[in-house]
Amino acid sequence: MKEIFKRHPRYRVAPEDFTSGRDNLWVRCPRCRELLYTKEHEQGLRVCSKCKYHFPISARERIDITLDVGSFQEYDATIRSVDPLSFESGGEPYAAKLRQYAEHTGVNEAFIYGTGTIEGLDVVLGATEFRFCGGAMGAAFGEKVTRAIELANRNSIPLLLFSTSGGARMQEGAISLLQMAKTVAALDRFKASGLPYFSVMTDPCLGGITASYAMLGDVNIAEPGAYIGFAGRRVIEQTMREKLPPNAATAEFLQQHGMVDLVAPRTEIPSIVARLIRMYVTANPVPKERKLVEQHA
Amino acid sequence: MSSTLDFESSLQPLERELETIRREAPGNGAVSEREARLQAAVDERLQEIYGRLSPWQKVQVARHRERPYTLDYLQWAFSDFIELRGDRRFGDDRAIAGGPAMIADRSVMVIGHQKGRDTRENVERNFGMPHPEGYRKAVRLMRQAERLGLPVVTFVDTPGANAGLMDEERGQAEAIASCIASMLSLHVPTVSIVIGEGGSGGALAIAVADRLLMLEHSIFTVASPEAAAAILWHDAGKASEAAQSMKITAQDLQQYGLIDRIVPEPVGGAHRKHAEAAKAVGEAVSSTVSELEELPLDTLLEQRYHKYRDIRFFHE
Repeated sequence: MKEIFKRHPRYRVAPEDFTSGRDNLWVRCPRCRELLYTKEHEQGLRVCSKCKYHFPISARERIDITLDVGSFQEYDATIRSVDPLSFESGGEPYAAKLRQYAEHTGVNEAFIYGTGTIEGLDVVLGATEFRFCGGAMGAAFGEKVTRAIELANRNSIPLLLFSTSGGARMQEGAISLLQMAKTVAALDRFKASGLPYFSVMTDPCLGGITASYAMLGDVNIAEPGAYIGFAGRRVIEQTMREKLPPNAATAEFLQQHGMVDLVAPRTEIPSIVARLIRMYVTANPVPKERKLVEQHA
Repeated sequence: MSSTLDFESSLQPLERELETIRREAPGNGAVSEREARLQAAVDERLQEIYGRLSPWQKVQVARHRERPYTLDYLQWAFSDFIELRGDRRFGDDRAIAGGPAMIADRSVMVIGHQKGRDTRENVERNFGMPHPEGYRKAVRLMRQAERLGLPVVTFVDTPGANAGLMDEERGQAEAIASCIASMLSLHVPTVSIVIGEGGSGGALAIAVADRLLMLEHSIFTVASPEAAAAILWHDAGKASEAAQSMKITAQDLQQYGLIDRIVPEPVGGAHRKHAEAAKAVGEAVSSTVSELEELPLDTLLEQRYHKYRDIRFFHE
């Protein structure tokens, strides 16, 4: 949660909006400093061709590269945050910030979701928009995640959520915190329905998101090198009063410690999800009466 | 009072005078007129101060080191308690204590954050900041309570979950997420009471109950005021502003409909009159448990789901 507002060089790859880089012929990899030809870079889904650094991408881009072309149907695009606490920070009202985020990102909230297909297989897909308030979860965000889960449940469709977030949204206080309970409660009901939930965590995934629905996937997937954890690097360094090794709390570190099933490059995630859906759902349909067995092992 | 908060300074002369009188008074139990008058003046002053505490002052009261902690309430408000230890996976986290306990002739499973009062205790209790083992112990006790039919009562009092590398290694986020999921799915009544600091996800993990109660001067917050100030304004010194903005007091949360009940504290705060505070907490807990036990299971679970599902505060 603390990471949202901190300047973190890794996330500020291109100073300009990274979805509007079309005018720039070249883009520099923030990790290996390699110059990448923009067109090729986009075709490679914004993964550095030299060092495999995964550039941040927008929620829309994520949906585009995951779903079959033209299959996405968005739900609840109009839901937006209100400013329940009349919050101000540094003389700037949160309500005004919200308008700025919406203008800047083209979405009304930091989470978008809908239905679509991957290799022809139905899925409910949701993705966070990190550029909108650091992808932090407030009341509108939590409501949309909950509705995505409920939509999947109602229509017996597997659930796929992409998460990149600083955590809970401070500007909505305890209301944000309680979204953790709201989303997890919905997820618990979804899991009892006998359908799989795939959680994909991308850089960075922190705080109240990781500590609620993002870590609870039937299959947890992470992009290589992604920072995933309860606390941000700086917070941990403060707690420990020492520098962290560079691999600490990365996707690979989490896999090693049993928290993540797969560390998969961006380009492979859609086909992995499709294979999982075939194995969990289409190849072996769950008989109705088996659906409501013990939900917590 | 050995540790007076700065906003209580106007009390000191009165309290000192009162102490002097008490020391000099003959031990026949008779209360002199002067003593009674002074006591009344102290109480009146306390009432005044505590009746209009600012959010930041509430933070200080909520963190007061003479404030009763989980094990204090277990000792004073419950008639029996046996502490169970360990998560059966890795270790035992002393920042969370729990076990079966008796209150008003009924048994419940109590789980709570436990802070320490001095350095030695705080090393042992890690200032009430749990590691993943703490949350896994909590889940273990919750499941046990469910199987054996005991309502679950949790005491919330933590600055937040511990944030070290060892916590990431052992899955702090997963432990908290699973604890939330477990608590929400329990087939027994659940009651939580925030007795001091309800700090962030580390507090929420054991606070997602059928009924959420808060002591009058406790707080519940998405991030500690210091952390929020550091993040929002790059200045931890603005913690009092952050406390104000984030709406963290029991009264604020009640106004937003996020909690079910405020449990009044003795005049001058729970840290002044432990026995009185314990009595209030004990009564609130046992009456809430009784009320929930009246409900059929499906109603209980449906109400619990909607308690969180129906939090709105967005625009459509």
